[in-house]
Amino acid sequence: MDHQLQLEIENLYARYVHCIDEDRLEDWPGFFAEDGRYQITTAENHERSLPIGIFFASSRGMLQDRVSALREANIYEPQRYRHSVSAILVTGSDGGMVQARANFQVIRVMRDGTMDLFATGRYLDKITSRGTAMKFAERLVILDNKRIDTLLAIPI
Amino acid sequence: MSQTVANDLPGIHWPAGLNRVPYQVYSDEALARREQSVLFEGPVWSFLCLEAEVPNVNDVATTFVGEAPVIVARDPDGNLNAFENRCAHRGALLCLKSHDNTRRISCVYHNWVYDLKGNLTSVTFQKGIHGKGGMPADFDRQQHGLRRLLVANVNGLLFGTFSTNAPPIEEYLGPEILKRIKRVMHKPVKVLGYIDQGLPSNWKLYMENVKDPYHASLLHTFFTTFKLNRLSQPGGIVVSESGAHHVSYSMLEGRDKASEYEKTELRAKKEDYRLADPTILDGVDEIGDGISLQILAVFPNFILQQIQNALAVRKVLPKGVAKSDLIWTHFGYVDDDAKMTETRLKQSNLVGPAGYISMEDGAVGGFIQRTVAGAGDSKEIIEMGGRGVEAGLHDTRATEMPIRGFWQEYRARMGI
Repeated sequence: MDHQLQLEIENLYARYVHCIDEDRLEDWPGFFAEDGRYQITTAENHERSLPIGIFFASSRGMLQDRVSALREANIYEPQRYRHSVSAILVTGSDGGMVQARANFQVIRVMRDGTMDLFATGRYLDKITSRGTAMKFAERLVILDNKRIDTLLAIPI
Repeated sequence: MSQTVANDLPGIHWPAGLNRVPYQVYSDEALARREQSVLFEGPVWSFLCLEAEVPNVNDVATTFVGEAPVIVARDPDGNLNAFENRCAHRGALLCLKSHDNTRRISCVYHNWVYDLKGNLTSVTFQKGIHGKGGMPADFDRQQHGLRRLLVANVNGLLFGTFSTNAPPIEEYLGPEILKRIKRVMHKPVKVLGYIDQGLPSNWKLYMENVKDPYHASLLHTFFTTFKLNRLSQPGGIVVSESGAHHVSYSMLEGRDKASEYEKTELRAKKEDYRLADPTILDGVDEIGDGISLQILAVFPNFILQQIQNALAVRKVLPKGVAKSDLIWTHFGYVDDDAKMTETRLKQSNLVGPAGYISMEDGAVGGFIQRTVAGAGDSKEIIEMGGRGVEAGLHDTRATEMPIRGFWQEYRARMGI
């Protein structure tokens, strides 16, 4: 095992979830390559190779637009996430592209104090290490829960 | 317009007109039971699933009619059947998967077996074991098939009814609705993805929201915030002959300008861009009539959606009085190429529980639901655009007429 690589991936994942959970959403697109792909879908859709899920982006610009919309346009009750990420596993590394996966759970806390296990699933990632920083070339967020409660505004 | 007869159920006081709705309709348990027996299991046509979900012999899909679990199956003869997903013996659920391919349906509890027409074909130990026990000699399996629904296939949309008194589906929908279903379902479709959105509200609150053109530009500000200039587009509402169903639509630009956009993109004017990556809105006028948005609702709980190239069917399933499930099935056409699928994938960001123009819809019904307990006998005011229901085309979105049409139909069928 490449210990250095494992640590770098764990560090990337930790920074990613702290960014979201601390509501620094403007920094979130910066975790992705310029042409990075990001999709939230369900395990059911993923296993059946159905392309449409819950949210899809194929550029950093689309992620920036997501954040702008959440800040400026969309209306949703104030809420925060707390991500727990575990079982971080590097599954391959080839020519500057690292493949890795991890499990996640997201607790959603509403302003009135309501706390729910909102999402559970896995990240399936391709991470480019070209250049100075590691960036997601692709992050697939695959939810085990096929039902989304009310709405999904904040990214996972 | 059918007669509205004030016939109160205990605890709910209905006014004579359609412009007031008592809040108890979102919380009353007795009303919900009546909805199941009189409305959903009465002479309505409920959307079941797309024919594309059961394309092959022995395919089955599960769904609900109201809260009744239902199986849709394509039998070995290729015919489509629907029946209750509930064993005739002790009532256990039969199919647990959303989709399957199977030659027979057997109950896990005591292994009673049914064919894909819903006939009971085998009762385990019917004649007992070593001559002891077993069913009475006069037990007739033919009398104990699964409760069946009639199935109607409207250009690939499968509807079902438990009642033998429902009118033919074409009559139920009426020509204006049928025409606009066929406009979208004009060639074979394929499923592109499923989303199940749990709504914190009674199912009727979501249907009212769909049938409410008034809120669209006020609650959903994505297009206006990004100056995408979509709200001034011509469009309107078509209320069905019965008042029960409706279509809301808008055009690309003026009709005279539609043609110049047909072969180009549906995007907004360039000087108004504020999106960093506006390719989300790139699309084509694939039906070729300049209609960029068509939302079509069939009573009681079905929606067919075309928003640019994002196509979906939605069904709203009651789950008790205070919750419901909104099931989205995204689809495209069988002959879509990879580029078209990517276009639909990007535009799907507009809809669903994370959708730019729909995420609020899941929450807003919940905002109402949370006030119902304290609402007492007070009533909703539903008189934007008048107090009645008139079939036909209405060229304004400052109206709540489709909501009144829903309640007119609801009250007539519920006898209240």
